[in-house]
Order: sequence, then structure tokens, then C-alpha cells
Amino acid sequence: MEALFHVATFYVFAAFALAGAAISAFSRRLVYCVFALLLTFLGVAGLYVLLSADFLAAVQVLLYAGGILVLLIFGVMLTHEIADVSTEANFTDIKFGAVISGILWLLLVVYICKVPWAVLDPLPPYAPTTRAIGLQFLGDYLVPFEYSSFVLLLVVLGAATLARKEVD
Amino acid sequence: MIPIGLHAYLVVAASLFCFGLFCVLTRRNSIGLLIGIELMLNAGNLNVVAFSRFIGSPIEGQIWAIMVIILAASEAVIFLALLIAIYQNFNTIDVDEIAMLKE
Amino acid sequence: MSNSYVAEVAYLVLVLPLIAFAIQIFFGRNLPRKGDWVSLGAIVGSLAGSLYIACQSLSAHDPQWTVHRIFDWFRVGNAYLLGGVLVDNLTAVMLVVVTGVSTLVHIYSTAYMHGDPKYSRYFGFLSLFSFSMLGLILADNIFFLYCFWELVGVSSYFLIGFWNERQAPADAAKKAFLTNRVGDIGFFLGIMILWHQLGTFSYVDIFQAVRMGEMSGLVSILGLGDVGLLTLAGLCLFCGAVGKSAQFPLHVWLPDAMEGPTPVSALIHAATMVAAGVYMVGRLFPLFTPSALLVIAYVGCITAFFAGTIAITANDIKRVLAYSTVSQLGYMIMALGVGGYTPGLQHLMTHAWFKALLFLCSGSVILGLHHTQDMREMGGLRKKMPVTFWTMLIGTLALCGVPPFSGFFSKDAILAACLEFGIGHPQHLALFVLGVAGAGITTFYMFRLIFMTFYGEPRNLEKYDHAQESPLPVILPLVILAALAIGSGWGHWFQDRIQPPPDSQFFLAQTGWGGEAVHVADEGGHGGAAHTIAMLCSILAVIIGFGFSYILYFSRTISPKAIAERYPTCYRWLLNKYYVDEFYQSYVIEPLLAWNDFLFRFDRKVIDGFVNGVARTTRVAADILGRIDLYIVDGLVNYLAEIWLELGQKVRRLHQGRIQEYLVVALALAVLFILGHSIVS
Repeated sequence: MEALFHVATFYVFAAFALAGAAISAFSRRLVYCVFALLLTFLGVAGLYVLLSADFLAAVQVLLYAGGILVLLIFGVMLTHEIADVSTEANFTDIKFGAVISGILWLLLVVYICKVPWAVLDPLPPYAPTTRAIGLQFLGDYLVPFEYSSFVLLLVVLGAATLARKEVD
Repeated sequence: MIPIGLHAYLVVAASLFCFGLFCVLTRRNSIGLLIGIELMLNAGNLNVVAFSRFIGSPIEGQIWAIMVIILAASEAVIFLALLIAIYQNFNTIDVDEIAMLKE
Repeated sequence: MSNSYVAEVAYLVLVLPLIAFAIQIFFGRNLPRKGDWVSLGAIVGSLAGSLYIACQSLSAHDPQWTVHRIFDWFRVGNAYLLGGVLVDNLTAVMLVVVTGVSTLVHIYSTAYMHGDPKYSRYFGFLSLFSFSMLGLILADNIFFLYCFWELVGVSSYFLIGFWNERQAPADAAKKAFLTNRVGDIGFFLGIMILWHQLGTFSYVDIFQAVRMGEMSGLVSILGLGDVGLLTLAGLCLFCGAVGKSAQFPLHVWLPDAMEGPTPVSALIHAATMVAAGVYMVGRLFPLFTPSALLVIAYVGCITAFFAGTIAITANDIKRVLAYSTVSQLGYMIMALGVGGYTPGLQHLMTHAWFKALLFLCSGSVILGLHHTQDMREMGGLRKKMPVTFWTMLIGTLALCGVPPFSGFFSKDAILAACLEFGIGHPQHLALFVLGVAGAGITTFYMFRLIFMTFYGEPRNLEKYDHAQESPLPVILPLVILAALAIGSGWGHWFQDRIQPPPDSQFFLAQTGWGGEAVHVADEGGHGGAAHTIAMLCSILAVIIGFGFSYILYFSRTISPKAIAERYPTCYRWLLNKYYVDEFYQSYVIEPLLAWNDFLFRFDRKVIDGFVNGVARTTRVAADILGRIDLYIVDGLVNYLAEIWLELGQKVRRLHQGRIQEYLVVALALAVLFILGHSIVS
């Protein structure tokens, strides 16, 4: 029963993610694309939960769904007249893009099925990861952690510099 | 009922990636490009987390996934800033029209 | 025990100018006095450190005195790269020379560049230049050597083209950079040969491996003949020195580099840029096989003679000095080529002092005359600028090799080494003869410069009246350098400490190659009949050269114009620098440009035409097929034809900066690659 529940939730979340991705890849309306992306982000967050990554799922929801998506919507709204609903997302070279992505997808799937993955058996039990991640960030991964905060600082500065109006 | 294994996650990630790739290859609108890039990053992250769950240590993969999310956030912020700057200068965000290398 | 701090001090010496550079670039404009004191302070600190190291070296009294500090730089897989500093007697001397000249140039520049809008940037570049050269000297492996080598090239590019708002300096900088690249290709190939064969960059390991007889194999060059691998590597490395030390045929950049500010010329010509090539040959001396050394000797000899003759007809005061630098570098290279390790490097040291002096003097003259460089507008300046005159005269005497000035000792030792070599191998006696002739020519053109600038009647009265002696920051370096130009050749301190590395004795003993020259060097350049003969010959040459110069340009018994008219062809060739630049222009640069043009047209016409043609043909074929198989394969064929047509248009538009198309192509290739791989496996 539990296994069935697991499988069912996987399919639901995967369907969410893929449907969102498909819409945001193919829709002609930019606003639709952005909102479909929300679906994908939530689906992927669900998959994270199934992968025993609860903290990551929370981060995904907060940062992607809450942060990046808002930024994207801002981008759409700032660069188009808001009334202009028919914001078109034009395509170039659809054929080439489709052929290349299609072939790549086929290749990937073939390889995924062909490679004998050395999967752990049995899988580690589900356990909360937040504490472990926190400890790691203040231990072994202290330097990358601090470095990433430095990068974020630079990003803030860079974004402010880029977007400000030139005062001459 | 077959339990959900590594393959399933990898296939989902591969599909996400290819959708993202298609987006990046075909969109002329730069926000569309960013959407594609975000999709691809998500696919990569899903892969990393899935691998770390099924092979190797789970915490490590999640930590790097968090790093990638930080990267994606920074990139989106910079992208938006650039977008605004470009829009102010060119009054468009169509990547083809701002290709100044042309001709 | 007393060497314990040498490595740390060496790091400090290296890092100080770099810090100064960073400060200057980011904050220089906002600092008081535009930050010139930052660079000056850094270089003075480096000078102090260098003097400390030199004292350690002097008090050690040991030709093999060495401090070697290694650190683990990085590892990639199994390959790893060690960094480190290597300080020995040669390094110590070079450190003092570089930081000494650089310090004086800094002081000088505070006056010379005063009021320039890019003042702080100028000092930043000076610091960068000093840093690069110090790194080059301190490197303990050939990889670091190469990195700093290129850094020297870049910083010289910045400085030569410092006034890049004018066309000539920008062109000169470009020329210097590109000419150096030509030599650097060879240098890089040489490094790759060594790395491929020995798997190490470190000097010590390379010399060890060479001594053990590795790399003794032969390689065939295009089936034309066999060359020793080590000879080939040595010649490739020497190509770098040809570029950087302005040897024939890559000397063309150095005279043009005169477009930079005069203090920079002094720095380039004396201590930093051109010294790098000679230093490199000296540092890697154990690598060079007898055949390689022979080539080196002849290149140096040709350069020494050839550049000297060009200097005779030059009218720009700085160009005369530039050609004299090329010629003197030829002497150094020739000395190293005949196995005269010590004389060659000693000349590098003494030359650094008096050439810096000469350049700074010419800068002082230029400053006094408000930026006039043409000697035909000068004359009679002796009274107006007494300090400049006397110091310049000292520099000239040193350059000509008049005893007891420093140049005499080193130049004499070089000629003695050549003569020893010529006695051992009579077929190569020409090296000595041309060397002596070059010494006479040097005297001739240097006194021509002195007479034209400081004696006689002023040719341009207006400029003469405004001429005045330069301020103290200009005069002070001149006096210090003059003292060094007189005294740096005295005593045996140099010969006692800098002797051919023991590894190279291997070659020398094995083949008897230049063995006696080393012998001369060991005795401090004071032994053997050859030395006496060489000394007499060179003094004779100096007297003859001076005599001609006196007759032509001082007493004017014979007019130089008459001679020029009598031998017009000869004069034209000299005036046009043997047409080397014209040769490059018409046989190297223009064909290259033409080839580029051709490729461009080919791309435009043939390839595009081809693609379009293919598309058209395919469409026509498809059309015919379509008519034939109207009901069967119509759609498919049309579709194919369309793909071709579209492909044609895609390929034609490929170079239009559409990033997504680039991406499509790159990904398509990657996918094809994976596809092919999976099909094969």
C-alpha cells in the first residue's frame, strides 16, 4: 500500500513537472510560459521530497517558486506594456531545435536504460536532512558556503550597477 | 507494481532538460531563453539529487544542489538587470534584434 | 644559516611592485601626488631587498651559492607543477641591476612625465614591468619563466604604446608585441619539446636529465636531415631570445619602441625587456649543444655588426642609441655562443648601467629642447647642459670600451673569448674580426652623436636659446648611473662568482668546445696572449673610430655629405636600415593580408555560392523527381530539398552573431559525436 502510494505520487509530480515544462517550452504566450514554470518547480520540489531531500524541496519552493519566478514575472511586466496580453514568444529554427532536442532525448533515454547503475541496496531510510546539511555547511563545506555568500554580494552590486540609470 | 527506481528520475530529468534545450534553441525572446535555462538547471539538479539518493552519500548531492540553486538565483538576478539595461537602450528584448555583430 | 631569509626576501622583492601596480590601477588617480610615491616606495623596497640578497651572495664567496625554495603549486591528475624561487649569484646581480635601474627610472620619471594626464597609470605600468622582470629572474622553472616572459611582453606593450592617442606609438607597440610573438612561438615549442621529453619544467631537473644523457636522440626535419633533439630544443628556445633581445632578423621592433616615453626606453633597453633574452640564454646555458651555440654565436655576431652600421646614418638621437643597444645585445649573445658565459653576462650587467645612463641623458636633452629628437636640430649644448654633457660623455666612453670604464672590461673579455674560440677553430675567426670592426663602428657613431649634439654651432638657434639644464630628479639618476658606468667593471667580484654552470662543463669538456674561453673567464679575463691581442685590437679600433668621427663631425675636414654622395647606394641602404622593414612589409605582411583577403573572398563567393548551388541543384532535382514520382515520394523529397535550401541559408547566415545558431551547430555536432560513438561501440 505504501509502495503504491509512493509510485502514484511520483507519477503525479513527474506529470506536473513535465506538463509545466512542455507548456513553457511550447506556449506562444510568454505569461503562460512563466506560470507554467511554477508548475514545473512545484513538481520538482515534490520529486525532491520523494528523494528524501526535504530541505532542498523547501528551498526549491522558496527560492524558485517564490524568488526566481517573481523576478521573471517582473521581467515580463517591466519590458512589455502590461496591457499587452498577447505577449508573443516567437520561435526561430523550430525544426533544428526540435530535431536536436529530440535526438538528444532519445540518446539520453537509451543510455539511461543501458548503463548498469550501481544502485544501493537497500536504500537508506528516509530521514530529515536539514540538520546534516547545516552541519556540513559549517564544517567541510565552509569555504564554498562563504564563497557563495560572497558571490551573492557581488551579484547584488552588479545588478544594481547594471540596472541603474546613468547619471551624467 | 515496479518500485520507482533511479531510471524513472533520470528519464524525467532528461525530459526536463530537453524541453529546456528546445526552449533555449528556439526562443527569440530573452525571457524565454532564461526560462529554458532554468528548466535545464532544474533537470541537472534533479539528476544530482537522484544520484546522491541512489548511489553514494545523500547529503553531498543535496549540498551541491543548493549551490546550483544559488547560482541559478544569481544568474536570474543578473539577467533581469541586464534585461532592463538592454530594454532601456534598444527598446526590445528580442535577441536577434540586439545582435550587433550582425553584418 | 645566514641564507635563511634569502627566499623570503626574494618573495618580498617580487611582490612589492605587484602590490604597487594594483594600488595604482585602482586608486592611483585619487592619491596625493597621483600616487607616484607608491610605485617609487615599492621599487625602493625591492631594491633594498635585492641589495640584501646581493650582500649574502657577495659574502658567500662561492660560485655555486644557491638558494632554492620550492612549493607545490597545483596538481592535475598525475601531472603536477611545482613553483619556486631560485636565487644564485646571477640572480642576485640581475636583481640589483633591474631594481637599481628601475628605481632610477622611477625617480627620473617623476620629472619627465610631470603633468601627463595618465601619470598614475604610467607608474602603475612601470611597477607591472618591474614585477614581470623580477619574476622572470627569480623563476626556478621554465614554465614560470614563460609566464613572466609574456608578462614582460604585455607590460612593454602598454608602455611603448603609452601615448596611444597618437598613431605612431600605438603602431610601434603593436609591432613590438607581434614581432615578439613570432619569437615566442619558437620559445613555446622549445618548452613543449622539453616537457614532452622530460616531463618536467624545473631547471634543476632538466639540467640533471640532460647531464644524464637523456634527449640525446635525433629527429628528422621534414626528411631533410637529422638534428639532435637537444639542439632543436635549444634553437627553439633561442628563437624566444631572438625576439625579446631584438636579434637579427627580429630586431625591427626595438628602434620603433623609441616612440614610448624616454624613461621607458631606458628601462626596456637597459634592464628589463631586452635583458630577458640574454638572461634566458645564460640561465638555460647547460641546455645548448655546440651546434646550437654556433648558430647563436653567428646570429649575435651578425646582429652586432649589422645594427652598428645602421646606427651610423640615423638622425634621431634615440634611434642611434636603439641601434647601439641591438648591436651590444649581439655582442652578449655572441659571447654566450662562443662559450664565454662570464663575459656575456658581465656585459649584460655593465651595459645595463651605461645604456640606462645614455638613454636618460638623451631624455634630458630632449626635455631641455622641449621634445626635439632630431640631432640635426641640436648642437653646442655643452655649455647649456653641463651635467648632461659630462654624464653622457662617461656613458659614451663606457659604451665604446675605453679603459678604465666598465664597458672596457666586459667588451674586452667578449672579444678575448671570440679570439680564443677563433684560434681553436680558425674557420670561425670571422666572429672576432667582425666583433672588433663593430667596436670601431660603435665608437664612430657614438662620438658622432656627442659631436652633433653637444659641440659645434647650434643649428636651431630658437631651440638653443630656450634650452636649459634639467631639474634635480633628472640629474640625480644621471650622476648615480655615471658612477656605476665607471666603476661597475672594476675588480674580479663578478668573474669570481659567476662562472659557467657545472652542468655545461659536460658539453664543453666532452667536445673541447670553447674550453679555453672558459679558462680565460676563470682567470678573470686577465690571462693569455689572446687577451692581450684582443685588447690591443679593440683599443686600436676605438682610436680609429674616434678618429673618423673627429674628422667628419668635429673638425669637419671632410664633409659627411661628400662621402654619402660618393657612395650613394651604400648610404641609401644604411639609411633605410638595409630595407628589412620593407622586406617584411612586402614579403610577410602584405602576403598575409592578401591571404586573409583571399580567404574572406573565398568564404564569401565560393563557399556561399557552393552552398547555394547545392541547394538550388537539389531543389531542381527534387522538382524533377517530384514530377516523376508525383504520388509516391513527393512530400518527402520536397521536404529534403527544403532542408537543403534552408541549410544553405543557415550556413550563409552563420556568421551573423546569432548566438542560438552557434548553439545549434555546437549541439548538433555534439549529438552527432555521441551518436557516432554509440553506434561504433
